[in-house]
Formats: sequence, C-alpha cells, structure tokens
Amino acid sequence: MSTRTALSLQNGAATLQDKVNDVLRLAQQLGASQAEANANFGTGFSVNVRLREVETLSHQRDQGLSITVWLGHRKGSASTSDLRPEAIEESVRKACALARYGAEDPASGLADVDRLAKSIPELSLYHPWAIDPAAAIDLATTCEAAALDFDPRVTNSEGASVSTSESLRVYGNSHGFRGSYPESDHSISCSVVAAEDGAMETDYEYAVARAAADLPSPAEIGAEAGRRTVARLGGTKLETCTAPVLFPARVARGLIGHLLSAISGGALYRKSSFLVDALGKPVFASRVTIDEQPHLLKALASAPFDNEGVATSERRLVDAGVLGGYLLGSYYARKLGMQSTGNSGGAHNLVVHSTGETFADLLKTMHRGLVIADLMGSGVNPVTGDYSRGASGFWVENGQIQHPVTEITIAGNLKDMFLGIQGIGTDVDRRGAVLTGSILLEQMAIGGS
Amino acid sequence: MNTVVAPETSLARVRSQVLDAAGIADHDLERALGALMRGTVDNADLYFQVSRQESWTLEDGIVKEGAHSIEQGVGVRAMAGEKTGFAYSDELLVPALLQASAAASAIVRQGQQGRVQAWEPRAGHRLYAPIDPLPTLTDDDKVALLQRIDSEVRALDPRVKQVVASLAAAHEVVLVCASDGAMAADVRPLVRFNISVIVEQGDKREQGYAGGGGRFGYEYFTPAQVLEYGREAVRQAVVNLDAVPAPSGEMVVVLGPGWPGVLLHEAIGHGLEGDFNRKGTSAFTGRIGERVASDLCTVVDDGTLPNRRGSLNVDDEGTPTRNTVLIENGILRGYLQDKMNARLMGTESTGNGRRQSFAHTPMPRMTNTYMLAGPHHPDEIIASVKKGVYARNFGGGQVDITSGKFVFSATEAYRIENGKLGAPIRDATLVGDGPTVLNRVSMVGNDLALDTGIGVCGKEGQSVPVGVGQPTLRIDGLTIGGTGGGDE
Repeated sequence: MSTRTALSLQNGAATLQDKVNDVLRLAQQLGASQAEANANFGTGFSVNVRLREVETLSHQRDQGLSITVWLGHRKGSASTSDLRPEAIEESVRKACALARYGAEDPASGLADVDRLAKSIPELSLYHPWAIDPAAAIDLATTCEAAALDFDPRVTNSEGASVSTSESLRVYGNSHGFRGSYPESDHSISCSVVAAEDGAMETDYEYAVARAAADLPSPAEIGAEAGRRTVARLGGTKLETCTAPVLFPARVARGLIGHLLSAISGGALYRKSSFLVDALGKPVFASRVTIDEQPHLLKALASAPFDNEGVATSERRLVDAGVLGGYLLGSYYARKLGMQSTGNSGGAHNLVVHSTGETFADLLKTMHRGLVIADLMGSGVNPVTGDYSRGASGFWVENGQIQHPVTEITIAGNLKDMFLGIQGIGTDVDRRGAVLTGSILLEQMAIGGS
Repeated sequence: MNTVVAPETSLARVRSQVLDAAGIADHDLERALGALMRGTVDNADLYFQVSRQESWTLEDGIVKEGAHSIEQGVGVRAMAGEKTGFAYSDELLVPALLQASAAASAIVRQGQQGRVQAWEPRAGHRLYAPIDPLPTLTDDDKVALLQRIDSEVRALDPRVKQVVASLAAAHEVVLVCASDGAMAADVRPLVRFNISVIVEQGDKREQGYAGGGGRFGYEYFTPAQVLEYGREAVRQAVVNLDAVPAPSGEMVVVLGPGWPGVLLHEAIGHGLEGDFNRKGTSAFTGRIGERVASDLCTVVDDGTLPNRRGSLNVDDEGTPTRNTVLIENGILRGYLQDKMNARLMGTESTGNGRRQSFAHTPMPRMTNTYMLAGPHHPDEIIASVKKGVYARNFGGGQVDITSGKFVFSATEAYRIENGKLGAPIRDATLVGDGPTVLNRVSMVGNDLALDTGIGVCGKEGQSVPVGVGQPTLRIDGLTIGGTGGGDE
C-alpha cells in the first residue's frame, strides 16, 4: 500500500514539474512578462466508525494547478482541477486575458529574485503511513470504544475517525525558481455524546501528526474524548460578572490567531487591523515572547519556502511584549515600503514561550475565575479589536475547578487582553500553526443571567 | 432572460456537455453503478459536476485582480444500511469512473453484482434560467461597474478611506444518476457582489459591509442596486463610529427583519437536519409534535423560491426541492432529509440532500430558512420594550447541535430605552438555547424580509450557499455579551 502511493507521488512529482514548466512556457509565448504556477497532488483516505460499526470509507485524490501571470504590472489568475493540456492552456489564456483588464500596479509582481529560497532544507515532513482501510477501521474502533467505555453517561457517538493523506506541492516561477516537497498528515479523532437528566453535551479529542508513530494511542485519544464530554454535563449559567479567564492551550491557539490576522500585510495596508502602526511598540505584557520557527522538524506548519518561493527563516516576532515584525508577502511588503518576510500563505509555526507555570499553577494564580472549554461564534472586530464570543467552561474557586458553566459570553478588547496576559503554561499544544501553552488573562466581562 | 428551457431539454443538453464530451456512454454509467451495487448495498449514485467561476476585485480604486477557476469531476457513492463508501475523481474519464466505483464499493463485502433500475428523467423546478452568467456582462463592463461604485461610495462621505469591492459569478452544471432510477440535471448560475468600506473620524476607524446576489446573470446588478449596497456599507460603518460598549447579561432583544434570520438557521435549522436526528445527537431528537416555540412562530425551509441563492431545481441527489414546514404555530413538524437519512428513518427525502462539490458526500442541508410574518407593526414592537437591545444586522453564527446552545454576532445594534432607539452599541455576541429561545418570542412583525443573497453555511467542512429571513421579532430574554456591564 505505502510503496504504491509513494511511487504514485514520485511519478506525480515528475508530472507536476512538467505541467508547471508547460504553464510558464505558454505564459511567456502569450506575452506575459512574469508568471508563476503552483501545482499540487494528494491522495489518501479516511474511515469513520460509529457505535462500533464502520460508517464511512472515503477515498481522496486531489489535484490542482493555480497560475498567475503579469503583463507588466497587471495581474491575472486562474486555477483548474482539470490537468489535461487543453484545460491548462485555457487557464493560462484566461489568466492572460484577465490581466489585460487589470490596472497597472507597480507593487504587483513576482517576489524579488534575491529573496527566493536558494536551497530547500529537509524538514522531515513526509512519512507515509503503511496502513490499509481495514487496519484503520480497527484503530478507529479501538478509539471509539475507549470513549464509549469511559463512563456510563457516554450514551451516543458521532464516531471516531482515522485519516491519512500524502501530498506533493511544486512551485515554479519565471525567475527560474523550481521548488517541490512532499508532505504527509495523519490524524485520529473521536467525538461522543454524554447525557444526564435529559440534557446532552458533546465534545471531542483529536491528534494530528506528520508521522503515524508520533500519534498517541487510539485508546488515549478516545478516553480523553470521553473525559472531556462527561466533564461538561450539568453546566449552569453564571451571574454576569468580571473575572480572570484561563484559555487552555487548545483554545489559546485561537487567541494568538487573532494576532496573526492583525499583523498580516493585507489587513495592515487596508487599515482593517487594530494593530496598525504597532511595530516596535508593546502590544503584549512584557512576559510574552513569540518566535516564528518555519524549519521545526515534523511540525505541521513548517515549510522550506512560502507560496512565492521566498525562503522562510527563523525570527523573533514579539520580544518581551514588543511587536518585532509583520507577516508579509511581496505585494503588501512593497505597498508598506518593507520586505517580504516569507509569509505569503501564512505563518509557519509561531512558538509562544512559556512563563514556566503548569496548568495547575495557572489555576492557583487565577484563584477565582473562568476556564474556557469551548468558544463559539465569530464575534471579533478586526478593525477595533472588540472581542465578544459565546463560551462554555468551568468555574474556579480557590484555584480548583468547581462546576461546568454554559450559555455565557466573554467580552473584552484584544488590545487589553494581550496586554493583560498573566502567564503562559508549559502544556504546549502542537496541533497547528500556533504552538502555545494555556494563557491566563487578567480579566474579561462575562455575560450570564 | 425569460427563456426557461424545459427540464428534458436541459437534461439532454447537460448529458451531452458533461458525458459525451468525456466519452462516457450510458453503458459506462450502468457498469459503474452495477459495480457499486454489490452485496448489501441499498443505493448508489454518481454525481458529475463541471463548474467555472470567476471573480474581480477592486481595491485602491483599481481592479487589482481577476481570477478564473475550473472545477470538474465525478463523485461515486455506495450506501449499505448506515454505511457509506465514497470515492471521487477529478478526471472525467471511463477508467477513472470505474476505479472510483471499485474503491467506493469496498465498504461492503464482495457479493453478487446488483441490479440498477432503468433511468427515468426527474423533472425539477424551473426556478432560474439555465444560463452561464459569466459572459452576461462584458469584461470591460465588469471593470467599469466596480470603478463606478468605488467613486460613488467615496463621494457619499468624505470619511470613507478604503473601499474593497468584488464581483463574482459561478456556472455549475451537475448531473446525478442513481441506482434507484433517478436521473436529473441542473444548471445553476450564481452571482454575487460584495463591498466593504473603512471610515475614519479622528482616531476612530470602523468597517461596514454589504452585498447581495442570487441565481441570475450579472444584469441583476443594476447601477441602482449596486449603489444601494454601497450606501448600506457606508451607513453601517458610520453608525458604528458613535457606538458605545454593549451591555452584558440577559435582556429583551428585538431582532430586525431579513439577515437576522440567521438566528433561525442556527437555533432551529441545523438541529432539525435528519442526520443528527437519526443518530439521536440533536437537542431536537424525538420532539416532533412538541411545542418548541410560541404559537406566533411558523418556520419553513423553502428551496423553491425563484432566483434565490439557497434555491435549487433539484438537490444534489436529484430530488426536487420543496417547501418544508419545520415549525407550525410553535409545534415542531418536520426534519430536513436526504435520501440516506430518510431511508433509515422510514420517511422520504425532502430535497435537502446537498454537497459542496463532487469531492464531498451529500448531507441534509438547509436551502432558504425563514419565519412567516406575524401580526405586529415593527414600530409597535420596539415601542413595547422598556429596556433592551435592537439588533439590526449580524455577522455570522454557530450552534452546538447536541446541547442546543447557539451564538450569533451583532454588527449593528442599538440600546432601546423606554420604547425608543438609543445609542448604537459595539459588536456583541448573543447566546441562547435553541430548543427554548423561540418560546420567548412574544411579538412577530408583519415585515417578513429575506436576506440580500449573501449566506454561506458550513457543516462538517462543507460550504453551500443558503438564504435566511424573518420579520422583526421580540425575544423576552437572550444573553448579550458586551463590556458595558450588567443593567441595574
């Protein structure tokens, strides 16, 4: 199974290289002064087991090609999932036609030649999983069983899933850059329902890794799904109040995610960010330091180069609370009179330094307040930083979790929330582009009954 | 534009466009479905899709980018009991189709090849013209439309500092053939215009947003229509310049007509989708016939409204869409079903089987979900509130199906003091409980409105276009999450 897919990915590499070369050649023939092409190919499958029976087996096979051309500084784009020569030609022609209608914009064009990656570091992102659907079904069954058997109050299930995928990306541009690397992603997840006194709650647990060997055991994941779900039973509303709030690591990732949107080039240029002109200024409490580490081996957001072929490199983004940089691709970098930071397509592993406390230490420091279990809704205004979201969680007294709470809101402003960070835990969640421990905030407005 | 082609003609045209072009003959379809119908398989289907999309974006007064995309492929599904095997191919070729069929049928142990019923074309509705909207305006005119609205909006108010406007269209052609004999095609045009503005006053900055569209050609965006979106975006941004912090805690909330119907989508709609109810994971499970709302409330999901963004002639399983009553005078009447969940629950599909694309499996999904008008004048509703909040516009929402808890975020809201609108308040999230919130509806307006054609619904990673709507509603108690403290 694994040799066959690995082989098809390798064949894919050669084929995709050819397609990228075809695009660039054709664009040049059609008069484009610059062009770039991004091709991808992926295969994989996922299984879902629900109430100890197989529910779905889903095979995946994706391919796509996206093309950008410039006529001078006028830009046109096209993409296609149909990779036959005639569809590729139609797409290149369409991109050129669209570029003719674009307006001349001196900032628009490929990344500067001297910023392109000169070598492609091996980041250990490709570890195919030699597993067939039958074995994956066994793992999912074990995982779900651990959740169902965790507690008699676990009465129903959305199921447990196991998925594996391998993909290959090839990027090339008319500066002569060609870059390609394979990746793999494997995951196990489980979601169950618990019931008590006629009320139901659901929660989930998941793991994702580049190599299957790095996944926790299915039984651990299932038991954690069961534990989380049962813990939410019996939630009550809170009285409206103001209190400290602890974001556990998995929720804290989203909090730092709001920083990423606010310091991205497009938001800054359009001034649709609450951090306009914040470079070099304190935006966090001085205990907060954040690095970008694009070359972490096996990490989920590692990349040797960005979507424009620009080399990625390690840097300090927030130093003792002071914002040290933005997330820029070439276009908005030029608009802002700056240089690309290798972030076309997003951030590559933002590592938030821990202030040394365990989760239990943070609970003690908080003494009395709210631990978030789950946040809902999109109530964040990127322009003003106003933050208001639905929440459920646990009420804490004397540094100990007392009881679950539900149907409440938490509100504040991200500027104050960032400056009010009291501590960052050692319990780092590595399942995304932001790697952080739990974060304790000084205070927020809590809306309840 | 009124040349609506008969469904049979449309089916023949789509067959030639999708299948003949790929060299796929009837016997290839039969072979693929036959391979899927093994052993205990109850039902199988093939879903062919060919779509073209384009978008044009203006920023800084210039059209910075035009983009075009092609997406095509076939999704293949076999269902046995509660099991689903699924595979897809983005190559529309006979070998790829047969390979996908073999992979999908692996969900059941090998058995005798099954029988496929003879196809009979299913006639769908004729809710929109089967046109390709992309060429309904010349590229020059698309650029001119965006440039004109940019200068018009900047002229409306000197505080407008940034305008981002976009124009987009999709032409989606789908063909479904199923082992139960269903064969149907649909040609689905969809156009959309969006505008967002940033206004500045002193050191304050606010954003406003508006847009709309539907299953039309580009001619829907007349200069007057586009200017109306522009005015609305500026109005919203300017209102928020003077906004004060929202209160927090439980209070009386009046929701405006139209897009605030997102309340119904979150609080009621998702919880009534057949899959969650079949599995028993919805807070509404087993509650058909019970009171879930005050008797002023009647809520429907209607996929048959002409030209609406959420409408379809047939759903993605080839079933014609319907107007399904979900709640009638406060009593829960029905669920939204696709074929699989209907079969497992012993009922029939309501034409709500939808999928994002050939690469995704169908699920029960909403179309256009709204509450019917009631007896009250909207002014009378606001005048009835001594102290509360009037929420006129919303961002998005989200629901936890199992606990029933939902949220939605107000982007334009006002205090109500002694029956009169007061100061605008900052962005605030409202949180409530789906199965009980509509019991607190004490007044329903006579001003039913549908949204302007902007809704996108996400479920299990799949996005589909939807519509929502409602009249003005008074809810006697909803928790609002601001920073302005509780009311004494």
